[in-house]
Amino acid sequence: MACIEARGLRKAFGTTIAVDGIDLRVEEGRILGLIGPNGAGKTTALNAILGLTSYQGELRVLGRDPWTEREKLMRDACFIADVAVLPRWMRVWQALDYFAGVHPRFDRAKAEGFLAKTTIGRAGKVRELSKGMVAQLHLALVMAIDAKLLVLDEPTLGLDILYRKQFYDSLLNDYFDRSRTIVVTTHQVEEIQDVLTDVMFINRGRIVFDCSMEEFESRYLEVTVNPEQIAAARALKPIHERQVLGRSILLFDRVERQQLAALGDVRSPSLADLFVAVLSNQSGAAQGGAR
Amino acid sequence: MSTPSNTVPGSPLESQVTAPAVITASRRMYWSVRRELWEHRSIYIAPLAAGAVFLLAFLPGLTLSPAHWHKGLDTPYEFAAALIMGTGFIVGIFYSLDALYGERRDRSILFWKSLPVSDLTTVLSKFAIPVVILPLFTFVIAVVTQFVMLLLSGAVPMGGGLGAGTVGSRMSFVHMSLMVLYHMLTVHGLWYAPIYGWLLLVSAWAPRAPFIWAFLPPFVIWGVERIAFGTSHFLGMLRYRLTGPEPLTTTARSGNMMEMISALTPMQFFSTPGLWVGLAVAAAFLGAAVRLRRNREPI
Repeated sequence: MACIEARGLRKAFGTTIAVDGIDLRVEEGRILGLIGPNGAGKTTALNAILGLTSYQGELRVLGRDPWTEREKLMRDACFIADVAVLPRWMRVWQALDYFAGVHPRFDRAKAEGFLAKTTIGRAGKVRELSKGMVAQLHLALVMAIDAKLLVLDEPTLGLDILYRKQFYDSLLNDYFDRSRTIVVTTHQVEEIQDVLTDVMFINRGRIVFDCSMEEFESRYLEVTVNPEQIAAARALKPIHERQVLGRSILLFDRVERQQLAALGDVRSPSLADLFVAVLSNQSGAAQGGAR
Repeated sequence: MSTPSNTVPGSPLESQVTAPAVITASRRMYWSVRRELWEHRSIYIAPLAAGAVFLLAFLPGLTLSPAHWHKGLDTPYEFAAALIMGTGFIVGIFYSLDALYGERRDRSILFWKSLPVSDLTTVLSKFAIPVVILPLFTFVIAVVTQFVMLLLSGAVPMGGGLGAGTVGSRMSFVHMSLMVLYHMLTVHGLWYAPIYGWLLLVSAWAPRAPFIWAFLPPFVIWGVERIAFGTSHFLGMLRYRLTGPEPLTTTARSGNMMEMISALTPMQFFSTPGLWVGLAVAAAFLGAAVRLRRNREPI
């Protein structure tokens, strides 16, 4: 059974179409990065997956309809919607008590173990903690839940680099195993590149790119082309071309490495480079040409 | 410092953890109510403060001549109860208006919704605060305040002796406590239910300023009715809701509201159609609030 399965998922707010017919299948044990510009529909799609908003089309999450079964779904799924959603009045021990009180899969000892590695005291109030500490607290609470699906929507927004790094490190080392599924959206593409197993680009409510990280690494190559060979390089149909310090950098899809090595310096592109390439091709191409 | 290492994965506990705990609906409700009390400490602090303030004001009164205050024995007790209950009522109004609005304003609704607690449980737990928890708290605080007053009045003017007056007031003390409890449960718990239901509904819906949205529509309806039809049925309805059903016996009519309600036997109270209409309206408001909480996004 796929963890998340969507067909023709659509959501409109008045005349604005936030999600425009998404087909999506996320298997168990994957870490999917959902990447898109502001207003691309990422959060709306995640909200539909989490039962926070109604939608049109078909959607099953862990075999359930999230909109009608949010309460049951949340026993097996959990999410961090934003850094700043922990109630500011809450004390750390209250959060622990409350989770233990209402969540059947919450392991209090585990959460306290995670917290012991931080400087967060049990009597501390959320409003007194720094933003980074709030994120640590929320992550400790969520990681102590034995959930099948974890959704993170901009979980590190506004945190400094140390906390961001720590966040993903503990997520991978202390939480992730092959039976869990994680879906994460972020603007800091480069930071999660090494964490992901799959990646999707979303733009204007549609999925415009979808592949596994293995495929991404084997398919795409970037070449800093020697000026005299630019014509030959262009003949190989790069999917994107950009200028850096007067030199052309061309991005190729499914072109042999040996072939490219003759043209200049070859390296693997970052996800961010591919993202820019795919999205700029998008805005150039016709609106209907998604996927 | 080294303790955390044995709580992390790999401990013998791990095998037991895989079986999820069974969490009953009543347990979820209990924790939901508890978290409301954590967040809104005014629920018990405000009535306590009212009681304390009254006691402070009551102490100088004891120095008056015994004959003076003995005459109106019931009055200061009733006044204490009324003050504490009034405080509880006001706290209930502000609490209800903020209950479903505040969590949208500070976006913490996204946190609450990430837990397996249904919108129905959440709304009912928030409804339970003004109709069950606050009446019980104010009852306890009112009775304790009255008891302290009784001790003080027994101790100070009569020098701690067991005078006839003490026995007499002890009799009326039990009676008074029961009256307060009956009043809290019937009026604040049941009769005012639609008022709190309305406030929760507004709180779940209002895009901003729930206070205005809660009180403006009744004003508008009253004004429109007044201008268009020259009548004031709506105002009468509101007044009826606020003052409670009138007793059939006319003897208690001159008294205050508490006496009027208490003059109604439970039989009379529960056969008042207004009670059941009110409860039905409250249920409708709550149903709408549940739906709204499910649909509304953070502001």
